[in-house]
Formats: sequence, C-alpha cells, structure tokens
Amino acid sequence: MKKFVFALAFLAAPLAAQAQDLGQPAPEGGEVQTTGTEASGEDAEGGLTFTVTDESDWADLSIAIPGFAADRNVETPANSLGTAELGREVARVITANLQNNGLFQPIGPDRLPLPSFAEITDPTWGNWRGRGAEMLVHGYVRARSDGRLVVGCYLYDVALQDELVREGWVVPPADWRRAAHKCSDIIYARLTGESPFFDSRIAYIAETGPKDRRVKRLAIMDSDGANHRFLTLGSATALTPRYSPDYSQLLYLSYVDGNPRLYVYDIGTGQQTLVTQSSNPTFAPRWSPDGRTILYSMAVAGNTDIYSVPASGGRSTRLTDTPGIDIGGSYSPDGRQIVFESDRSGSQQCYIMNADGTGQRRISFHGGRCATPEWSPRGDQIAFTRIAGDFNIAVMSPNGRNLRVLTSGWQDEGPTWAPNGRIIQFFRTERNTGRSALWQVDLTGRNERRLPTPVDASDPAWGPILP
Amino acid sequence: MNKRFATAILLASATTLAACARQAPEELPPPPPTDTATPTPTPTQTTPTGPQVGSQAHFEDAVNGQNVIYFDTDRFNIDSADAAALQTQAQYLARYPQIRVTVEGHADERGTREYNLALGERRANAAKNYLVGLGVDASRVATVSYGKERPVALGSNEQAWAQNRRAVSVVIN
Repeated sequence: MKKFVFALAFLAAPLAAQAQDLGQPAPEGGEVQTTGTEASGEDAEGGLTFTVTDESDWADLSIAIPGFAADRNVETPANSLGTAELGREVARVITANLQNNGLFQPIGPDRLPLPSFAEITDPTWGNWRGRGAEMLVHGYVRARSDGRLVVGCYLYDVALQDELVREGWVVPPADWRRAAHKCSDIIYARLTGESPFFDSRIAYIAETGPKDRRVKRLAIMDSDGANHRFLTLGSATALTPRYSPDYSQLLYLSYVDGNPRLYVYDIGTGQQTLVTQSSNPTFAPRWSPDGRTILYSMAVAGNTDIYSVPASGGRSTRLTDTPGIDIGGSYSPDGRQIVFESDRSGSQQCYIMNADGTGQRRISFHGGRCATPEWSPRGDQIAFTRIAGDFNIAVMSPNGRNLRVLTSGWQDEGPTWAPNGRIIQFFRTERNTGRSALWQVDLTGRNERRLPTPVDASDPAWGPILP
Repeated sequence: MNKRFATAILLASATTLAACARQAPEELPPPPPTDTATPTPTPTQTTPTGPQVGSQAHFEDAVNGQNVIYFDTDRFNIDSADAAALQTQAQYLARYPQIRVTVEGHADERGTREYNLALGERRANAAKNYLVGLGVDASRVATVSYGKERPVALGSNEQAWAQNRRAVSVVIN
C-alpha cells in the first residue's frame, strides 16, 4: 500500500510541479515590418572601415542623436505623453545602446535641439558641425490610423553632408523599443562593418537571498535590460536557460520535481515539457543553430555523457561514452561540429566532435582548465571559462590556438555570445558573499561593463537577432 | 495521568513528523549536523523522548553525525574516513530495513555550474555504490546532485570549500 502511494506521488509530481513554479505566461509582442524608406545607394562596404579588435580608439567618434521628430503629437499606448515625447525616448534608447559598447561618443536628445519634421530628410548641417558632431542621427515617429507606429531612422555624415543609411519600421506600440534597437543596429553596422546585435534578448537566472538559501528564478529581458520579466516564481531552483533560435521556447534546468531535470518552456503558452522522459538527472541543455535538435547531458549511475534528441521528440542518441564527465556542448554555426567539455584526461578540457559524436579530439592545451565552451555565431572563435587559479573568460580559435584571456575577475564564468560574435556576456561571482552579476566584454578585453539587472544575476544566454 | 503522557508522546512525534514533512523536494535541505549539537543522552530508558526512528535526527544521532562524507577537490573517491562513515550508515540501514535514504552530492563554489552538477552526481553515486557494496539494497538509496548551489560553509576559502565538497545521506519520509 505504502509503495503504491509512493508510486502515485512520484507520477503526479511532474504534473503538479509544473503548476507550482511557473509564473503567468505573457506572449511576446507582434512582428516588426521593414517599411518604405530604402537604404541609400552607397555600398555598405564603403565609408569607415573598422573592427572591434582594432587597436585604434574609436570612442571619440561623436554622434549627435537629437529627439526623433513627430509630424504631430498623437496619443499612443507606447507613451503617456504622446508621439512627440516618444520620439525623444527612442533617441535616448539609441544613445544608451551606442554609449554602452565603448565604441562611440553619442550625444543624446537631452543635450541637443529638436529638429523639425522637415529637417529629418534635410538636416541643417551648420547646427551639427558647430556642435562638433561627426555623425548625425535623425528620425521620426508617426502614429498610423490603425494605432501602429512608423519609425524612420537616418544616419548622416556631417563632414560629407551625406546620408549613409536609412530605414523605417512599422511596429505595434508595445514594441516601440524594437524600432530604437533596429535603428541602433543599422548605425552600428554601417559604422563598424560588423553585423547587428541590439535587437535581441537575453535569458538568465535572477538570484536573491543569502548564499546558503539562494532563490534562483528564470528571467528574460531585452539586450539593454528593458522589458524584464520573471518566468518562474522561485520555489524551485532554475538554472542554465537557453533561448530557442526563434525565441518561441526556452530550455532550462529546474528542480521543480526535486531532481535536476531539463524542460522546454513555451513562452507563448507558459506550458513546459520534459526534454527527455527519464528518471536520470539531466543537465546543460543546448539548441542546435536550426532549433531542430536539443543537446543535453545525462548522468547514468553517476557517469555524465552528452546526448542529442530531436526538438520535436523522439529517440535520444548518445554522443559520448567515456567514464569521465562529458557535459555541455555548443554547435558550430553550420551545425556540423560540437565543442564540449570533458574531464576524461583528468581535468576539465575542451574537445570538438562531429555532430554525430564521431571524431572526438581535445583542442585545449594551454595550461589550466577549459570549461563551458561556446562557439561564436561567426564561427571564428570559441569562448570558454579558463580556470587557472581564478576563473576568467577567454577565447581561442576552433583549433585551440590563439588563446586570449579577456577578463580578470575572481570568478568569471559561463560566456555567451552577442548575435554578431563581437561581444561576450558572462557572470561574475563575488568572493565570500557569493553575489553574482552579468557583465559583458568586447573582444579587445578593454570595454567591460556590468549589465544592470533588478536583482543579482547569473547564467546569461544571449539569443540571436529577433526574427 | 497515563493518558496525558501518551498525548505528550503523540504530540512529540507529530512535531517530528511535521518537521520531516517540511523536507519536500523543493525545500532546501536541512541544516548540516554539527558535532557539538548532539544532545546528552538520557540516563534511563524509561523516558522515551528524543528523536523517533524514521526521522533524520534519529539517523544522525545513531550514526554519530557521520551521515556526511567529504571529498578532495574534483575527486569522488571514498577514502578511509568516508568508508568508516558509510559502514556506520550501512549498519543503521541494516537495523532499520524500512528506512530509505537520499544521498545528496555537493561541490564547492570553485567550479563551473554545470560541471559541478555532474560532479555532485558522481559523488552521490560513489557513496551509494559503497553502501550497496556493504549490502544495502540499491532501491533504498536515491541520489540527487545540488552541484555548488547549496553550500553549508559560506566563506570563500579552503576550509569552507572542504566542508562543501560532500555527500549527505538524508532519510526519506
């Protein structure tokens, strides 16, 4: 009888548990359409040439970003003061974006005159040259009759008195910040020659409470920290989230049934399902770049190996079979290879294998240990946690050469790449207090900053450019 | 008089049960036993106070606090001190065949999060395998890893880390 009751309780646990720790679902916003304004005829390869790994200091490239003009002030759900004030707010978001990566010297709308609607396509050059601005951003906000917003964005070279790029978007009012991020992206891409990254989101673990009773909740936010949401309530420890490439789902680990297990959480419906039906503990979930395969690590009788399973369900394939801990994994952008971590040699080191598990070979031979490898979305580098005394974020080529250590904290771990493969986020844990925060660093290692989060934070996972 | 005494016992056991019931899977594990906290044993057998069989406190008292074993950095082998502790645990489990335990595996904070989850699982299984080798039925020993998520010692120094690299046997109710 007792056994029977126990079995029942065990079966019921996952179902009941799902209701216990999930917050209210909040579907993501509507789509963003690119509209009318065409890019100028100028070749995107022209103009400034520049990469973030360049040693030269670009932080003095001054960009004036006055408020975006409104043809007339119209009420909008996006801003209590209407479209005119929203235009200034859009410019503030762009200013903060460009400020925070250390490459530019943006001057925001609160320090500049507001151009008229007519000036957006016909700048008064003298005004901006007199302020020492080398680049000028203009834009407008217009409310359509259906309530949606049209946001136009123009980048001008003040010295050349020429337009470098322009684009426009139609967005639901709730998604007005996405237009600001898209404008930031075309400015960044045009001036650096790099791919965009601002219009993206981050999943992470929000942490509160004392070190021995830490509450760890699944949370998501925009790349600049806005639109923050907690997805779990905190009664069960949540760890290691990963956005699906289309942002519709999150993989993460939860102790909601008392054991570490991986779930696929559907952001729209708020429902979640187990990644694999097994009584064994599962860790370290990852998506393939096309979102069709899930990698996970599972311990059987104490021995952890890496498995893959179709995201739509089906049979798992075991990819590693050493007696050591094989864990994690990150696909190359073409999906053909996986970099992962194993202690089969006696300590944590990084290995590469083909996506079917064949051809396993160690790539890290630079002293210290290699953990949590993450393949850059550009394919050219692998970021990892380098353990050599302290824990630091480092990058290397996929062949294991060209090691560069980018950070110098006491415990920096868990790198995740910006969609353009030029910035790395990670979490830094404080000695003794155990408090943690999200940080990011560019590939020079010089531009490092802390990301503001409502509470302590760990396990950042940066998603791709939003669809 | 007798009735009142019986009620008192019932209340006492109810309290114990309530305390155990709070160890639902989602709750944090109980605080670690401290060697100094062992209550002075009552001199006579006639007053049945003290922890009840089936409670974590009874288990910890009976194994003299040896329900926790410790590991070296990145290791999961059972050393002689661990072996002695696990023998004591196995004797207890032989005496009380109705009792089941979960071995909780932990790691110190100086490791990456996912690796430490796998390491904690390996430590819990090392302890479980040793108990099974001593004759405990495998179905009576569950395992769970908490990685570095639930430290007992809060400092960031060798001494604290040594206390946190552990496998804790906890009675299942």
